[in-house]
Amino acid sequence: MSLNELLFAPFADFGFMRRALAGCLALSFGATPVGVFLLLRRMSLMGDAMSHAILPGAALGYLAFGLSLGAMTIGGILAGLVVVFAAGLVTRASVLKEDASLAAFYLLSLAAGVMIVSLRGRNLDLLHVLFGSVLALDDQSLLLIASITSLTLFGLALLFRPLVLECFDPSFLRAVSRLSPVAHYGFLLLVVFNLVSGFHALGTLMAVGIMILPSAAARLWTRSLPAMLLFASLSALASSIAGLLFSFHADVPAGPAIVLMCGLVYFASLIAAPGGLLAGRLPSRKHLES
Amino acid sequence: MLSLSRITATLFATFALSTGAAHAAPIEVTASFSILGDMVREVGGDRVNVQTLVGPDEDTHGFQPRPSDSRRIGSAQLVVANGLGFDDWMIRLARSGGYTRPVVIASTGIDTLAKGAGDHDHDHDHDHGTGEGIDPHAWQDVGNALRYVNNIAAALIDADPAGADEYRANAERYSGQLKALDAEIHKALGSLPRERRKVVTSHAAFGYFAHAYNVEFLSPVGVSNNAEPTAKGVAQLIRQLRKEKVAAIFVENISDPRLSERISAESGAVMGGMLYSDALSTTAGPAPTYIAMMRHNLHTLMAALTSAPPAR
Repeated sequence: MSLNELLFAPFADFGFMRRALAGCLALSFGATPVGVFLLLRRMSLMGDAMSHAILPGAALGYLAFGLSLGAMTIGGILAGLVVVFAAGLVTRASVLKEDASLAAFYLLSLAAGVMIVSLRGRNLDLLHVLFGSVLALDDQSLLLIASITSLTLFGLALLFRPLVLECFDPSFLRAVSRLSPVAHYGFLLLVVFNLVSGFHALGTLMAVGIMILPSAAARLWTRSLPAMLLFASLSALASSIAGLLFSFHADVPAGPAIVLMCGLVYFASLIAAPGGLLAGRLPSRKHLES
Repeated sequence: MLSLSRITATLFATFALSTGAAHAAPIEVTASFSILGDMVREVGGDRVNVQTLVGPDEDTHGFQPRPSDSRRIGSAQLVVANGLGFDDWMIRLARSGGYTRPVVIASTGIDTLAKGAGDHDHDHDHDHGTGEGIDPHAWQDVGNALRYVNNIAAALIDADPAGADEYRANAERYSGQLKALDAEIHKALGSLPRERRKVVTSHAAFGYFAHAYNVEFLSPVGVSNNAEPTAKGVAQLIRQLRKEKVAAIFVENISDPRLSERISAESGAVMGGMLYSDALSTTAGPAPTYIAMMRHNLHTLMAALTSAPPAR
């Protein structure tokens, strides 16, 4: 098999591969940067929680309007926002901390989602939907994913300063500025948007993978935020390409292949990177703090 | 207490049944699956009461008999099965249910086809039990259905000689309809150029149809019942559709409509609708009888094959 056949022919011959690539490109530059901030704010697991929280909304949209992009998107976003703001409200107004209130709401949301899925007799279709379809991106889905990425980049640029401050010293931001809640909820809005976007491409279960894994890998290599963002996005894109090619040549499902490739980068970084396992054991180096 | 009342109910039911039979009411016929049941109903008319063990929209291949089925088949006066390994369990069930007359095999006397005769590289694992190597879906050729009707009529006359004239008249009328249907299918598909009569389908049940009406059925490569399709599988399918210049594709195991759309857009093959192969639909569906089923399949095929030619 020539290099051409191995790397380029799949994309040159098949439109669905090019579409998958375009979708992954958008995700790498939208969802992954959001993942970096999630990671830095120690909210990595929140992404996972949120991805389950959008499930009932998307499922309801699907049940009501069939496989309609609009209905599932709006349903997912609404469900995500309800959980985020309800959890935020409970956090501010009760003794529960954010993780506890979020866990409570996402578990309820997940249970509702599972119930809705099983209400429908033919739930097989819905399962397909929940597993996503990076190989079946149509014009509308691509447009949606690209729009969300554009919105995300714009939003991150706008919120960059307060976000960075919140990442490193949330109490300082709260003390000096009233923008703290704006930054907080604005950011959560972006998280929900990107989860919905990732859910169209990779499915609810895989969408978080392309957010968090490249971010974690990037954090192992560098402490500089711009470098981290760049590394995360580029490694997400490279993993996507590798995953798609792997799916193409080895006959494995595409979504999991992409996320597993992200995982491969993560493990390689974990071993080799300055912030990883080996570096800390070297006597000549100062211990790196996270 | 419950079991006692159930026994009483059963006793009453048995009593009612036996008195019913004594009054020469409809004779009880049990057929293995819905298509056969419909044929028996057509030939038997009012003189028979037909029950099918595998109902509309149910899969005969995976049938698991329940005790009530055994009871029902035991009380039948005539048991009709397809044969060819399609419903072997029927014969065993009839024996164990206490049915003593020979089971009528509707497909007796047809020219059988080998499995996969209608398509190439047939890699389906379509296990029908003992009928190894023979395609049992003979009813997909209306010519064979005529033979089924004759066999059923002969069996009914044998079981209920008093109704012989009625059965003969019904069979004659029904056969006339079937011949018209056969001609209709031949005419419609014959009007298409040879190279347009090429279809990819995941059903392994159209060998007889392909043979009788000169339509080429290919089984799809690359897609299986996996939870998620792979890039390789989708690419293989698109390649196959392009290479063979297939006009239409009927696949059930690609259940994501967005994926079907993409495949169709890239290969130029039209995504067809639903073809009925092994079971009728319920009365609310498009194929509640055998004739309606064949007509529905024909229209679905024609709609797909005559719409936009492959854009290549």
